[in-house]
Amino acid sequence: MIANQQLITIKGTRDGLILKIDDQCAYENVLEELKEKLSLNALLEEDRLISVNIQLGNRYVTREQKETLKKVVRENQNLVVGKIESNVLTIEEASEWKKHAEVKPLVRVVRSGQVINVEGDLLLIGDVNPGGKVMASGNIFVMGSLRGIAHAGVDGDSRAVIAASYMQPSQLRIADAISRAPDHETEGVYMECGYLNENEDKILIDRLQDIIKKRPDISSFERRMLNG
Amino acid sequence: MGEAIVVTSGKGGVGKTTTTANIGTALALLGKKVCLIDTDIGLRNLDVIMGLENRIIFDLVDVVQERVKIKQALVPDKRFDCLQLLPAAQTSDKSEVTPEAMKKIADELKQEFDYIIIDCPAGIEQGYKNAVAGADKAVVVTNPEKSSVRDADRIIGLLEQEDIEPPKLIVNRIRHHMVQTGDMLDVDEIVSVLSIDLLGVVADDDEVIKASNSGEPVALHPNTKSSLAYRNIARRILGESVPLLSFDEEKGFFTKVKKFFGIRS
Ligand SMILES: Nc1ncnc2c1ncn2[C@@H]1O[C@H](COP(=O)(O)OP(=O)(O)OP(=O)(O)O)[C@@H](O)[C@H]1O
Ligand SMILES: [Mg+2]
Repeated sequence: MIANQQLITIKGTRDGLILKIDDQCAYENVLEELKEKLSLNALLEEDRLISVNIQLGNRYVTREQKETLKKVVRENQNLVVGKIESNVLTIEEASEWKKHAEVKPLVRVVRSGQVINVEGDLLLIGDVNPGGKVMASGNIFVMGSLRGIAHAGVDGDSRAVIAASYMQPSQLRIADAISRAPDHETEGVYMECGYLNENEDKILIDRLQDIIKKRPDISSFERRMLNG
Repeated sequence: MGEAIVVTSGKGGVGKTTTTANIGTALALLGKKVCLIDTDIGLRNLDVIMGLENRIIFDLVDVVQERVKIKQALVPDKRFDCLQLLPAAQTSDKSEVTPEAMKKIADELKQEFDYIIIDCPAGIEQGYKNAVAGADKAVVVTNPEKSSVRDADRIIGLLEQEDIEPPKLIVNRIRHHMVQTGDMLDVDEIVSVLSIDLLGVVADDDEVIKASNSGEPVALHPNTKSSLAYRNIARRILGESVPLLSFDEEKGFFTKVKKFFGIRS
């Protein structure tokens, strides 16, 4: 009786296959049925690659179990695993996500020789002096004068921005791009924001108000989760 | 019980020793019991500026190594009974003094004196750590030059990690005509970058050099500007609120401050 129950339902869409996996049964049973279903499948005749999206519902799988699932799917030459989705996170993963999604407020002066490095966005209330450095995996907002170095998106988030009340940095860095102050003395600018251009090779500076057009998703939680 | 104030700067040659000698002298002029400590082992200067070089018998290292009691090593000033100097050693190595030893010495001197002024060597290594260990407060000396302000900023960052009050700033060797032509950083620019309280501003003054060479700190001269500046600093240390000296040439500072608060002049 139980054996007749469908543990895996397969749905074809324009973007590939969706495998919906029952989240109540044992993992071994899932593997078994998956192997069976995929070998029966008439997809073998297709000659293009098909992307597979695995939906686990409320099932938690460990990293190894995930890998096994992928392996089984890949055994069929035409299939590639696109996404594995689960509604369940471990506390560890959740707190890791949260860390990256948070705005970390800090009230101090970052002085010459000091380095601040935060996960997520940095909100600094105070100055970054020449020779001081602030880094964040997300955006950097300085409510004060930025005269030292700021590095946003240190883990590679090229959509991160750097904003400051007064901007006269010695260097701006976003993801892997670096720009430095010109060699001649320059006045700083008020209420400006640095971001990467579309080719992701040059840091541009614009009025703070204009950044909303370039980064409409700047405050969205999901964006930060994805980039975390 | 007295308090110990370290005079430091990060960068060398900005006027730590001159400031120590003059603040100490000015406090003594105001009737306070003051002990100066030179912690610049191997490069001692404070005794020369105070004109006490040939009276030294024992030094800081002798005290640390307990060869003599502190009292035996103190050199009394020529002019004031209430002013004494604990000189640095000229021949020993810095490593012979430790932060713990300095703290012990400062604590003992605080029983006896109102103010202990500690002259710190340049740099941020052992000598700096020794000098700061015994202090309750700190004064940071800077010149109106970028490199000096940068090092002051670094030192302030380090001082903020210590268990002492927020440091106060002395800007030394200001030349007003250069500030006016825009060739020298002005005081409010420096204060705004360093964001600490200003304790005083001392002009670049030939009298300071002359006085130091004659072993008579300039604070003893009644009529020079720099002397008045040092004596005002001493009064501010005592808690009086003394306005900053207004030099004829010095328009910049006050007009700027007013502009800041939206008062037009
Ligand atoms: N206000 C001033 N006007 C003119 N000359 C000054 C002034 N202050 C200090 N000087 C001169 O600058 C030189 C360096 O001063 P000083 O020895 O006090 O510096 P320091 O910071 O103690 O140096 P070090 O780091 O070597 O210990 C001295 O020749 C001194 O006379
Ligand atoms: Mg000195």
